[in-house]
Amino acid sequence: MKKVIIGNHAVSYGVMLSRTQVIAAYPITPQTEVVEKLTELCSNNKKVKLLKVESEHSAMAACIGASMTGVRTFTATSSQGLALMHEVLHWAAGARLPIVMINVNRAMAAPWTLWADQNDSLSQRDTGWLQFYCESNQEVLDTIIQAFKISEEILLPSMVCLDGFFLSHTSEPVDIPLKKEVDAFLPKYKPKYQIDTDDPHAFGGVAGVDYYFEIRYQMQEAMEKGKSVIRKTGKDFKKVFGREYGLVEEYRCADAETILVTSGMIAGTLRVMVDEYRKKGKKIGMLKIRTFRPFPVEEVRRVLKKAKKVAVIDRNISFGHSGIFFQEVKAAMYNQDRSKRPPIFGFITGLGGRDVTPDIIYEIIDHTSLHSEPKSDIIWVGLKK
Amino acid sequence: MKLKVTKEEYMYQGHTACPGCTAPQAMRYVLKVLGKKTVISMPACCWSTIAGIFPYSSLKVPLFHTAFPAGASVASGIKAGMDVQGKKDVNVLTWAGDGGTFDIGFQALSGAAERNEDIIYVCYDNEAYMNTGIQRSSATPWGAWTAVTPKENPEGNPKKDIVYIMAAHRIPYAATACVAYPEDLIRKMKKAKKMSGTRFFQILVPCSTGWKFSSELSIKMARMAVETKIFPLYEVENGVKYTINKTPKGLPIKEYLKLQGRFKHLSEKDIKFIQMRVNKEWDDLVSRASNYTA
Repeated sequence: MKKVIIGNHAVSYGVMLSRTQVIAAYPITPQTEVVEKLTELCSNNKKVKLLKVESEHSAMAACIGASMTGVRTFTATSSQGLALMHEVLHWAAGARLPIVMINVNRAMAAPWTLWADQNDSLSQRDTGWLQFYCESNQEVLDTIIQAFKISEEILLPSMVCLDGFFLSHTSEPVDIPLKKEVDAFLPKYKPKYQIDTDDPHAFGGVAGVDYYFEIRYQMQEAMEKGKSVIRKTGKDFKKVFGREYGLVEEYRCADAETILVTSGMIAGTLRVMVDEYRKKGKKIGMLKIRTFRPFPVEEVRRVLKKAKKVAVIDRNISFGHSGIFFQEVKAAMYNQDRSKRPPIFGFITGLGGRDVTPDIIYEIIDHTSLHSEPKSDIIWVGLKK
Repeated sequence: MKLKVTKEEYMYQGHTACPGCTAPQAMRYVLKVLGKKTVISMPACCWSTIAGIFPYSSLKVPLFHTAFPAGASVASGIKAGMDVQGKKDVNVLTWAGDGGTFDIGFQALSGAAERNEDIIYVCYDNEAYMNTGIQRSSATPWGAWTAVTPKENPEGNPKKDIVYIMAAHRIPYAATACVAYPEDLIRKMKKAKKMSGTRFFQILVPCSTGWKFSSELSIKMARMAVETKIFPLYEVENGVKYTINKTPKGLPIKEYLKLQGRFKHLSEKDIKFIQMRVNKEWDDLVSRASNYTA
């Protein structure tokens, strides 16, 4: 059934279709409609418990407690809320709990702002959470359903990100899958470990130097396994629902001389721009990175090694270095044959929700074609000087 | 009085508490009442190590270790997860120290109490951050030495009145208890077990390491805390019905303070001040208990 809905409501439908059993959340703009819709969708539904807790820290902690009992759990947050959760994000991943969370990307204060950039979620890079970045409301809904399946298989939590306002509050047509089809794709959650009074265990107690290292090794192994699980889940999803997803999406990359790399909703603008350039005979392509963790090293190498130039567009910054996707892409390209390393340009734009317009993209493409290699690690675009 | 307590034990023989620690007794009595169908959410506290380091556990019930501020919030989630699966007969217990209750865990506790989560929250109170090496908390009494309140500049604020604060959330049950009075503790825990909603306990557990007294005096110290009225035994139902469980004659506070190294530096004037505060607070409690009309 197709409906025209905002991104936040696409989240709510995805969560209900996934038969989530415990939801705990705290309000923050621009995430609030997710939970408002959920309260409406799950009122009178005894199979769901929705805890309206007093902070994001408690929202994640309650998800951890609930997930430990062996039920499917979800929360939604943004920006400052995600930052407040930081401690328990590590706990959720370390305890190997398949919690799924939505983060509506919003820039961090100070100063206060409400608009989108990715510094909130990318600051959580090393917590052990999978991170997905979505381009459309359809992808948001589809990714939630897949995220539960992936997380439950590898026992690591998933964070699904959508750009604040650009997706969260923009209405788009979304195909809402049939419940029975989702049920078949994502069966009832069967936990591998859970709290059970008939089989008592202690979870998360002090692990000394003889154990901790291996526990972390296992997390990395799970992340690595996650790559093939994400690929397979995306293919299986296509068989039922007709839409395919992977770690990345290549758009007109096969013969592209310049490949633009980005994530999130900027990919939607790029897609149109690529078509426009193609009409003029310019060999431009786009690589959309959908999963930031696990990072798609193999895909990035395979796609980018054929390009003559690469331009990474970041709506984020690691202060004191450069754009974060830019760093990751460069790092992925380094340990391979030197002849397969095209020059990589790093553009930072759109921080704090400033529009990334076609003019911005023209500037990025012009800059890349005019220079044989980048003169610095950051090329600012759309900055008022 | 013959006390009906199960012979069943829910702790194994071994644990890693300091000699003279009374926190294990508190756990032992509580679990004897709550029994096998109990799940524990435990934020950072002395018990995080007393429970045993991986792969050991000193408890025969499921235990989930969690982050310092998250004792009550994790318990809320455990209860929700159990409920949604129809497992209604499981007692969800948060077991936290005074730091994890009075300070860093207070927001989550207040939130859970306001929502009237169906959990039992026990704060075993040893009046400072003992696991990290005796730093003051907001449960540390006025005048006490700790590693961060040296005797030249001892704790300068009165202890936070946690049971009053919890009672002000109008939760069904809030009570104090003490390891020197197991019959009182067990009776109250039995009463709480039959109720639903948020039930809060503050159990005083003297700490020979942090309070600086000889380890064989632990239970005596707990008894004296009650006898001097510095730690009254009472319970509060629905935030309004205060009942004092024991009215001691009132041993001078000096007798209690002089056995503890943490109070060794106090002057006669300081001790008089503490005595005055104890008397005043007791009178306040008595008036709360007598003012209640059903």
